Amino acid sequence: MSNIYTSDVLVIGAGLAGERIAVAAAKEGLKVIILSLVPPKRSHSAAAQGGMQAALGNAAKGKGDNATVHWLDTVKGSDWGADQEVARIFADNSPIAMREMAHYGVPWNRVKGGPAEYFIKGKKVTVEEDAAKEGLITARAFGGTAKWRTCYTADGTGHSVLYTMDNMAIQLGVTVHDRMEALGLIHADGVCKGAVVRSLRNGSLSSYFARATVIATGGYGRIYGHSTNAVINEGTGVSIALDTGIIPLGNMEAVQFHPTGIVPTDILVTEGCRGDGGYLLDVDEYRFMPDYEPEKQELASRDVVSRRMKEHMLKGKGVHSPYGDHLWLDLRHLGAKHLHTKLREVYDICKYFIGIDPITELVPVRPTQHYSMGGIRVNKDGHVYNMKGLFSAGEAACWDLHGFNRLGGNSLAETIVAGMVVGKQVTAFAKANPVEVSTSLARQFEERQQKRIDALYAGSGRESVVGIKRDMAEILSDKVGIFRTGEGLKEAVAEFSKLIRRADEIKVRSTIPGRNMELTEALKLKGMVKLGFCIAAGAEARKESRGAHTRDDFPARDDAGWLNRTLARWPEGAEQPELSYEPVGTIDMPPGDRGYGGGQMIPMSISVEDYNATVDELQKKNGKHETMEPINTGLKPGLWKKEVK
Amino acid sequence: MARTLTFKIFRYNPYDSDSTPFLQDYKVEETQRMNLFAALNYIRDELDPTLMFDFVCRAGICGSCGMMINGRPTLACRTLTADLPEVIELLPLPYFKMLGDLSVDTGVWFRQMEENVESWIHTQKEFDPAAEEERMDNELANKIYESERCIECGCCIAGCATANVNADFLGAAGLYRVGRFMMDPRDERDEEQWFELVSTDEGVFGCIGMMACGDVCPKDLPLLEIMAYVRRKMSAAAMTK
Ligand SMILES: Cc1cc2nc3c(=O)[nH]c(=O)nc-3n(C[C@H](O)[C@H](O)[C@H](O)COP(=O)(O)OP(=O)(O)OC[C@H]3O[C@@H](n4cnc5c(N)ncnc54)[C@H](O)[C@@H]3O)c2cc1C
Ligand code: SF4
Ligand code: SF4
Ligand code: FES
Repeated sequence: MSNIYTSDVLVIGAGLAGERIAVAAAKEGLKVIILSLVPPKRSHSAAAQGGMQAALGNAAKGKGDNATVHWLDTVKGSDWGADQEVARIFADNSPIAMREMAHYGVPWNRVKGGPAEYFIKGKKVTVEEDAAKEGLITARAFGGTAKWRTCYTADGTGHSVLYTMDNMAIQLGVTVHDRMEALGLIHADGVCKGAVVRSLRNGSLSSYFARATVIATGGYGRIYGHSTNAVINEGTGVSIALDTGIIPLGNMEAVQFHPTGIVPTDILVTEGCRGDGGYLLDVDEYRFMPDYEPEKQELASRDVVSRRMKEHMLKGKGVHSPYGDHLWLDLRHLGAKHLHTKLREVYDICKYFIGIDPITELVPVRPTQHYSMGGIRVNKDGHVYNMKGLFSAGEAACWDLHGFNRLGGNSLAETIVAGMVVGKQVTAFAKANPVEVSTSLARQFEERQQKRIDALYAGSGRESVVGIKRDMAEILSDKVGIFRTGEGLKEAVAEFSKLIRRADEIKVRSTIPGRNMELTEALKLKGMVKLGFCIAAGAEARKESRGAHTRDDFPARDDAGWLNRTLARWPEGAEQPELSYEPVGTIDMPPGDRGYGGGQMIPMSISVEDYNATVDELQKKNGKHETMEPINTGLKPGLWKKEVK
Repeated sequence: MARTLTFKIFRYNPYDSDSTPFLQDYKVEETQRMNLFAALNYIRDELDPTLMFDFVCRAGICGSCGMMINGRPTLACRTLTADLPEVIELLPLPYFKMLGDLSVDTGVWFRQMEENVESWIHTQKEFDPAAEEERMDNELANKIYESERCIECGCCIAGCATANVNADFLGAAGLYRVGRFMMDPRDERDEEQWFELVSTDEGVFGCIGMMACGDVCPKDLPLLEIMAYVRRKMSAAAMTK
């Protein structure tokens, strides 16, 4: 029999979301174990450059900002797909979260009173920073926001915040088991007891039991092949929830493409480049965005900018290269000093990875898979639908403040705000429930994984992991990308039906003891294909365009038929996901025009009141647990009306 | 023009009792703008699925991929093959626990270092969610950020003569971390506490100042400057003792 570990709280994932929850529980004296594929500080949160949104309103261009304006931007950004109560909880708590991180050591950039020079909409302007705000946390511009609201530490925000968070976890004595991969949840009768975990050092299986378990495993962009995500972002954490057969994933078809992945390595250069005044140019070195989006220009929301870029390239205005067409990002006018300080990581990336000096040269960029709005569906407490004792937060979760498009700077902020909010609920749950160690459950669930391992060694070998990943990436990029067509989506679904079977035809040849990389990769494959299938199936079924989900056969946002959230389950033994729908949440601000992106809208066919009347009931029918506070207690209805001009 | 590269890669699996260390050769056709991330993945995907190495961000930010590349400790993901000769020798970073082939356990070492230097803000103040944040000069914020940019890749430790003979030596990365908190006014540790922590052979006086660390740090961090700062502070503290 293998090892059994117990703790009060088991957190799977040591990025910002997981660590913030661990800190919340450890502060309350609970015993916490964190599992991670890599040492915590190497988690992908460290790679976030640009910053995190919080309505502190200290910068001159942030004057008059407040949580309601932040909420408004977020709901519009989501194309009304967000849960408006969750967005409100988020916007209200984000300033507190920033200040808390400042208290624990994050060296946020600060306001410097007096005249400051910025590039705004193509012009150099001088802005008077308020001397009374000197030394308070400042902010930069990001896309889709009415105010400058993105707090930052140069362009190493994720690094600074994750290091500070991990330092807190170390101070509190949180146990970390790194180089561990959760392969399955241990659960019985709709209650989660822990997880089966494989060591990436010696290959052994262990069982972890806890009063409360948390999945905070981040995004899974790697299924698209070309992605800004780290190579470890392969979605095992999300797929183990799907594997239970009863947990639904929300809005998997909502996939964000970031306008500026560099070509050819797909490494991201931050939105801060455009926030700080960078332009997008085409093959003629012409600045095309103001033609499409006169108001927001390069700083419309990401779905819109990515779409416009793709549209422009389809008109033949892209730059040809051996790695496909791309456009240019122009940072030259920002000057050497700016690029050596506030955008230094960007400078380094250009220099070391594509050999370009952005002070004098143009940077080749194109829209690249970047963020997964979808994920494990949870209620506002972070409690996973249909599974007691299991929580989820961060990019892995669909808490749903992002709906069909998340704003830059909102996801890093989400990780620590959700960490605070969900962390409290996890702690309360763990205090109220026992830890039940069951060696028979451990054996049962470990055997399941052992059987998978044995099957992989005994496989037919007709397929290879690399080949299936390649094919999947191609299907997703070509047919479930920025622009989607009914035909393409049908084909994608059909091809996934084949891929899911092909995934059973792989064989692991090397039987070496230890981590066995070949086996490690093979074990993840089926889960990845399942996630890809959920994305394709959700996109095929959704007959409208909303946020990042754009179909040329259904170009309008359809609030009569599709003001809802897709839920995808994978019943045991099924060959494809099963889709159902629930209301997005209580609507406070009714669907309207975003103010950018253009596009048609089909209005709601029932009144907002009638829509709202059924939200709670329909969500509960889909597996939502009772929340600590009743629905809508966090909403603050009507406040937004004051902020709309 | 296209070169055929020969990779000589260190192989050893400590979890396999039959394994003994050796160098294995792999031939790879060089492609335009190829870096070692692409090359090693090509080897694993196409030639040898058993090869062990670590990449996470593949963008030079996470510190996972430190290794000895033709004798020099550096990050593999941001090393272009074009900058290397035709024969490329890859060894794991020395000093750290070996996990397999090119993979070593830097994570456990850094956690230990962080526990040793108590790598967090020491303050008696409680966080007040209702209060405005404490003000800080932007220049200082930038300075602290600068001293926080270490990505824990371990290259400076692997290249350090002292670390290789004294296992408890904090190393450049450890001393850099000390400097980070020393200059942060939010940290209330006084000179005496710092003195106790770093005025030892494991701390600032173990360093022989040959600056191998400064040469290899892939983030070009001003290690020399910060270590000098820590040393100055400690000498001043010693004088007043
Ligand atoms: C290049 C880049 C730049 C970005 N910049 C910004 C920005 O400027 N602003 C912003 O708001 N957002 C940004 N984002 C998005 C944001 O960084 C992420 O959404 C966020 O960091 C996710 O945090 P997380 O805690 O959910 O997950 P992560 O930080 O990805 O952590 C996931 C953790 O789970 C662990 N894990 C995964 N699977 C398993 C498993 N099966 N078993 C055990 N452990 C597992 C991993 O080891 C890791 O510790 C950026 C994203 C990218 C890709
Ligand atoms: S200068 Fe000091 S820390 Fe740096 S390599 Fe030499 S002995 Fe090590
Ligand atoms: S100081 Fe430089 S070389 Fe040393 S661990 Fe940090 S980043 Fe790496
Ligand atoms: S893989 Fe992150 S630094 Fe090389």
